[in-house]
Amino acid sequence: MDLKLKIWRQADANAEGKFVTYPVHNISQDASFLEMLDVLNEELVTNGKEPVAFDHDCREGICGMCSLFINGRPHGPDDSVTTCQLHMRKFKDGETVVIEPWRAKPFPVIKDLKVDRSPFDEIIRSGGYVSVNTGGVPDANTIPINKENADLAMDAAACIGCGACVAACKNASAMLFVSAKVSQLALLPQGKVEAKRRVESMVAKMDDLGFGNCTNTYACEAECPKDISVANIARMNREFLCAKVT
Amino acid sequence: MSVKYSSITKKIWMSLMGLFLMVFLVVHLSINLLLLVDPSRELYNTAAHFMGTNPFIQTFQWVLFLGFTIHIILGFVLQIQNWIARPKGYKIKAKSEESFFSKYMIHTGIIILIFLGIHFVNFFFRVKIFHTVPDYILNGVNTGMEDMGIVVVKLFQSPSYVIGYVIALIILGFHLDHGFQSAWQSIGVNNSKYTPFIKGFGHLYAIFIPLGYIAIPLVIYLTT
Repeated sequence: MDLKLKIWRQADANAEGKFVTYPVHNISQDASFLEMLDVLNEELVTNGKEPVAFDHDCREGICGMCSLFINGRPHGPDDSVTTCQLHMRKFKDGETVVIEPWRAKPFPVIKDLKVDRSPFDEIIRSGGYVSVNTGGVPDANTIPINKENADLAMDAAACIGCGACVAACKNASAMLFVSAKVSQLALLPQGKVEAKRRVESMVAKMDDLGFGNCTNTYACEAECPKDISVANIARMNREFLCAKVT
Repeated sequence: MSVKYSSITKKIWMSLMGLFLMVFLVVHLSINLLLLVDPSRELYNTAAHFMGTNPFIQTFQWVLFLGFTIHIILGFVLQIQNWIARPKGYKIKAKSEESFFSKYMIHTGIIILIFLGIHFVNFFFRVKIFHTVPDYILNGVNTGMEDMGIVVVKLFQSPSYVIGYVIALIILGFHLDHGFQSAWQSIGVNNSKYTPFIKGFGHLYAIFIPLGYIAIPLVIYLTT
């Protein structure tokens, strides 16, 4: 298939960016979106031009590195997948595909389609861990945890921190990411001990970094490649309210 | 000294005040509907007189003003912060599936605020500040109550006022449609059992409360 790509090109963080159009030809429908970009980059390098910079790592949908805003949607037109798991059969032959970086004040563009997502790391460093001594690895079922909470914690822990929630939200809010990290720990006994301190410091860090406020549009849930539920946001609101009033 | 509140604190206050104002809308509507129940305006004027003179209601009125003020100020603050959080937008507008009216809360909110200002000038200021409301005469006897009912009836005989009122109330419905379920989510109520009910009830509330308000000018305009 042939495509017309309109890609955001920006030499560095301080440069003025612009969209540049590139035609690509003979792309297999079975290729992934990133493989299609690899084909473009090989062509650019062959012609002595600067390849398009974009984030990627595992290409298995689990690392959370790939981060492209494709035709108006984070991770493109398919549901519940990362960009690396998006395949070209989701596009039509001859289609124009507009590729942009995540847009949010706390995620500045580093180059082309790469953005700095280290603010997520800063949020984790502010409290997204368990620091109490939980001893060695316990035998299975030593600490009883009900099935419902175990499932909810596991679902929240599926968050790969790609930032699609921030990219999709009209307010560039990071509430889905932060709430998933707060929930996965608050639901389990090892994490409960520090739950109050954790939610207060992670929310404070999120606000300090300049992410927007949640207005419950639920675009984050719709675009999350791991289907993280907005019920986590409500849980974090509850945790935060309890931490403040108790 | 600057006072800094977290995003969640602001959202919780916004929600609590929103829910409080939604209860007020039901009380206000139930009084307004008295105009349709009793065309002589006696019931409506008696209720309006009670609301305007009862010491408890008069004190509570200030809580209501505070509720409006907090909700409006926080609405602007949150929106400005949200605009700042994305200084550069996308070339292709986001196509993500989302709560439709959530995108327009600031716009619908500003229209409702303008309507609220007009509403105050037409009713509240007339009775409380300008004292231009005539006394209610029932069977040739001055009841000592203001005839708020006649003020309403006269305004609702103007087609332009009725059209403006109906449009404002439809926009209020849009605001409530997102606001109702969003308020519960912000205070942490999201549960597989209750959330579908909250969302369903919210849609019905956002339809029937504005419809109730809209029915009054339409009936008065078409029958007087």
